[in-house]
Amino acid sequence: MAPVTTVHYLVLSAALLLIGTIGVLTRRNIVIILMSIELILNAVNINLIAFSQHLKNMDGQIFAIFVITDAVAEAAVGLGILIALFRNKETVQADEIDLLKW
Amino acid sequence: MDTAFFYFFAALVLGGAILTITRRSAIHSAICLIVSLVGVAGLYLLQKAEFLFAVQIILYIGGIMVLFLFVIMLVNLDEQAKERQFNGQWWIALVTVAVVSVQVSYFLRKGAGAFQLARPSDAAPAAGNTEMIADALFSDYLLPFEIASLLLLVAVVGSVVMAKKRI
Repeated sequence: MAPVTTVHYLVLSAALLLIGTIGVLTRRNIVIILMSIELILNAVNINLIAFSQHLKNMDGQIFAIFVITDAVAEAAVGLGILIALFRNKETVQADEIDLLKW
Repeated sequence: MDTAFFYFFAALVLGGAILTITRRSAIHSAICLIVSLVGVAGLYLLQKAEFLFAVQIILYIGGIMVLFLFVIMLVNLDEQAKERQFNGQWWIALVTVAVVSVQVSYFLRKGAGAFQLARPSDAAPAAGNTEMIADALFSDYLLPFEIASLLLLVAVVGSVVMAKKRI
């Protein structure tokens, strides 16, 4: 088999980003939308790590750590909002929450 | 050997991701997402990022996914699982698929040589992975590091306030 290059990692990360985007756009369940956002952030991390190894530069891995920090904060606040939403509206479907639409 | 491991972990990542966004039950989705995250952790190991491998296992799989599973059990999803799972935005998703699949099929036709990257550096690592991350994190990136801790504090307070019954 051909040796694995950085480009292989980039294409894999693009595919993962694509799957995450499809999940965000098409699912109705907010929990699964949040999971798709985690997929997107992981695609970003694969990209950063691939270039960090390609250029032998540590900055990519530092950035990946900050991306993971942001993912943790986003998941915690997002799930907190989800719980508050479910208590008030009794639904977790994204298109049923249309209070601000007219 | 590396090649075989790469394709194994790539299959794990993409298969888990596809199952995550197509399963009906949110619990099944969360478990498939764990499979996908394990695959990503394996890719980190292949790219010699051992510290991030540990962080991925501990934080993502041990932290975030447990949080997800708790919330799924807290929020009653049984009725929602019987409803329609996809909304009417499939055509936007189709456009997104078209754009990226052009790139992926170009890669599959032409191979890795068709993409021009900067010349890879062949410098030997000066120290262990964790040591080098610590060096960079606590010297060049000290201010972002402190700001990240502030961000986490805000997230902790925010999520407690959001989930509280009566503020």
